[in-house]
Amino acid sequence: MARKLLAAAAALSTLTLHTAFAEPESTDPIKLTTHDWTGQLITTTIMGEVLKKAGYNVEYVQADYIAQFAGLKTGDLDVAMEIWETTGREAMDEATASGKVVNLGETGMNAIEEWWYPSYMEEVCPGLPDWKALNDCAEEFATPETAPLGRYLGGPVTWGGFDDERVEALGMDFEVVHAGTDAALFAELESAYQRKAPIVLWLYEPHWAPAKYEGKFIEFPPYSPECYNDPSVGINSDAAYDCGKPTGPIWKVAWEGVEGKWPGAAKAIKAFTIGNQDMGAMVAKVDLDGKSVDETVAEWMDANKDTWSSWIQ
Amino acid sequence: MSEGLVTQVKPATVPGGLLTASRVFWIGLFAVTWVLSTWSFALYKALDARWIIRFPKAYELPLEGWISDAINWLVDDLSFGLFTFRDVTRFISALIEAPYDFVRDLLIDGLMLGQGQQAVEILAPLSWIAIIAIMVGLALYARDRTLALLVGGCFSYLAVFGQWESAMITLSSVLIAVPLGVAGGLALGIAAYRSHKFESMLRPVLDLMQTVPVFAYLVPILVLFGFGPVAALIATVIYAMPPMVRISTVALQTVPEEVIEAGHMVGCRPRQLMWKVLIPSAMPMLMVGVNQVIMLTLNMVIIASMIGAGGLGYDVLAALRRLDIGGGIEAGLAIVVMAIALDRLSQAFSVSQVRAHPDPKLLFYRRYPRFSTVAAIVVATTLAGMFVPAIQEYPEKFTITTGTFWNSAMEWINVNFFDAIEAVKTLLFNVLLLPVKRFFAGIPWAWGIVAVALAAGRVGGWRLGTMAGVMTAFIAASGLWREAMTTIYLCSVSVLIASLLGIPLGIWAGQSARANSVIGVLIDTLQTLPSFVYLIPVVMLFRVGDFSAIVAVVLYALAPAVRFAAHGIRSIDGELIEAGKVSGCTERQILWRIKLPLAAPSLLLGLNQTIMLAISMLVITALVGTRDLGQEVYIALTKANTGQGIVAGLAVAFIAIISDRVVTALARSSQEKLGLK
Repeated sequence: MARKLLAAAAALSTLTLHTAFAEPESTDPIKLTTHDWTGQLITTTIMGEVLKKAGYNVEYVQADYIAQFAGLKTGDLDVAMEIWETTGREAMDEATASGKVVNLGETGMNAIEEWWYPSYMEEVCPGLPDWKALNDCAEEFATPETAPLGRYLGGPVTWGGFDDERVEALGMDFEVVHAGTDAALFAELESAYQRKAPIVLWLYEPHWAPAKYEGKFIEFPPYSPECYNDPSVGINSDAAYDCGKPTGPIWKVAWEGVEGKWPGAAKAIKAFTIGNQDMGAMVAKVDLDGKSVDETVAEWMDANKDTWSSWIQ
Repeated sequence: MSEGLVTQVKPATVPGGLLTASRVFWIGLFAVTWVLSTWSFALYKALDARWIIRFPKAYELPLEGWISDAINWLVDDLSFGLFTFRDVTRFISALIEAPYDFVRDLLIDGLMLGQGQQAVEILAPLSWIAIIAIMVGLALYARDRTLALLVGGCFSYLAVFGQWESAMITLSSVLIAVPLGVAGGLALGIAAYRSHKFESMLRPVLDLMQTVPVFAYLVPILVLFGFGPVAALIATVIYAMPPMVRISTVALQTVPEEVIEAGHMVGCRPRQLMWKVLIPSAMPMLMVGVNQVIMLTLNMVIIASMIGAGGLGYDVLAALRRLDIGGGIEAGLAIVVMAIALDRLSQAFSVSQVRAHPDPKLLFYRRYPRFSTVAAIVVATTLAGMFVPAIQEYPEKFTITTGTFWNSAMEWINVNFFDAIEAVKTLLFNVLLLPVKRFFAGIPWAWGIVAVALAAGRVGGWRLGTMAGVMTAFIAASGLWREAMTTIYLCSVSVLIASLLGIPLGIWAGQSARANSVIGVLIDTLQTLPSFVYLIPVVMLFRVGDFSAIVAVVLYALAPAVRFAAHGIRSIDGELIEAGKVSGCTERQILWRIKLPLAAPSLLLGLNQTIMLAISMLVITALVGTRDLGQEVYIALTKANTGQGIVAGLAVAFIAIISDRVVTALARSSQEKLGLK
């Protein structure tokens, strides 16, 4: 009896769905990868929920940011929603060159990643945010482990970023200490900020941290592709990476089979765009106000019905 | 590292004159190493010979490339004609996924027909009340009401603190991984029991399975078995199975000769002898192996969740991402209570009981009252759950959380005590960490190989010496010398601190039953509480770096130091202590002159386990940001560079194996000296 009821209810709900949108090309679940930072979870959940509205089956698979390319090449994984120009470019290029992974375009968000310091450091180190001024007061940032060098807390090694090379190329008196995870990075910032202690670390946008903590990005010599590729360009004529980090779009990539198997979904994923500000606000809701990702995404979906329904038209 | 260990333990175990040959050897070895370590850099500058401090690049073994190529071939190209190797592994993966999905449906998801949104639920999952009833029923069957109360309490915690759903996902993994690990372990154990040749071939493989960090072979596993829970299950089984193999072999070998004779006399065939005679007699010890598999499976929960197992491990990770310390502690404690419930339950099963056969004339429910009651609860709550959601799922509004308390407690500690902690930390760093780090970092690789070989050879004979030398040379030739020395530095400092804290605690627990009950709970919690739970508070107080890693490693590796010390003290022959008292020893003299020397072999075994746990934990602390072999493995993982990961993983394993063999040899010789063997 109860089973029949349930079956009927389910049939009804599929019926109402199908009146709104076309039949999905395949009922196999589209596998979207999730990583360990909130923004990516939000982007992926929005995309997943929108695809569900269009009648597709969606599965979220947790995978490492770089290791996922192995799965995207074989079709074990289908879509990765956030590949940052700044940290994922090499892995992405390698994967797309194999022909088994395709780039589905920009997400509309622009990644900014750079060394960052809290504003109270300007009192001890007046020339900030200039990188030379930072270097002149490197000792202020020293800890017993790194003394006499200053301590710069870099991102997890998996994020790339060439900070070790940058310190070497610019001759900076800093030691790069890599946080093991995103969480360790912000745990340390939180701790230092509570005590107004010296700290310079890797921060990125869109993220809640620049909203919660007052501070600025360090100004390095501006980035150019030549500076990264050609040692002779830039301040140090013998080394590459003698400049700041690139800013750049955040890309969406997919297994090459996605477009053939779910053409409608591929179209929707290509159409997906969201701005830095929207994303920053949502990330802050989750990480600062303690709302769940699902709740936050549901709110956004309610408020932006026109935006997302245009993606699946 | 062996020097560090040896100088630490040797004085306690070798009585005798001031300048025995053995002392001359150890002091000499240490002195040469220290001199070379201190002046290696100056030597390199003076002679302009960089090879002294760095293994020459040109001679590095291109192992990384070879291994990567071999794995790529295995994964992409190996074909048996009709199907490829990957088809085989994917088939295995499907075989494991089917029962896993079923258990998961049963416990939490509900049986669905169809896919995604079109799916229709055809059978609701077991209600939370039904699952608690089943666990309580099992506890009553295995032992008594006290155990039932404990197990029921543990599972109620999961419901009340809102961890139910995740806990059931984790339980599904455990319910699949444990039988796989036990069955596989038993099969290999039987094979090793039957053939000595197989046993000696298997032993190094088991060593590697236990010591090569999981991260090292994660990428090939992901490609071979697919991204998702099955890959996580396979990795868990690889890690959790070796103790079962070892224990099975030993359990079968220690079945008394008379029992086997009796089996032969009644005319058993080999197969009957195994299953009807040997295995039943070895059952209590086999259950110890089962227990080990359960505990190691739960230890893997976090790592498994990083590659898609979900569950409580994922909750811990997610809480950390939000810097939600309280949330992490609650999810972590959920893993602890689950481990405690399953551990006590499996231990209860390992004590065999004589059960009266019920009178077959009685009605079914009279014959099996407990089974019938549990079955009735399961059916009733499942049916009622369709209409009353609170019976199906524990209502969210009755869940409790202590999250905010932990977060504000942490902030208060940070603001008020950071400077004091920093002062202690700086002191420790300057007097202990830095000198040890400099000492190990300075050892030139060539002398390092010689010193390790000499030390191992002195302790365990020339074969051990040769093996240790070759393994150390492998590490140097892979270009990982510096990382290996960092690993050894972190490991030896952590082991030193863990022993300094753990051995006194263990001695105390061994002498007083009351202390033992308190310390026992503390140790159980520390060992099963995922280290990730305390990594964030540790980072907030100690910053990213070596010190945080050491704190985390010490917390984790404390347990065996305490346990083995307590065991050593407890198992001393009471007559010897009596004899001491009669001859007028004070309490203090009894402790230092009688108890400690007699407990030395046990202390050494504890030291061995402490080192093993420290090494396995170091890989995890790479996530805090150490620059050791663990980090090397982790980097390789994220670059999907299998060769690099496996080479670094082997280096970790070799360090573990060398120290294991050396300490075991030390324990053996100290037992011989005491006439215990």
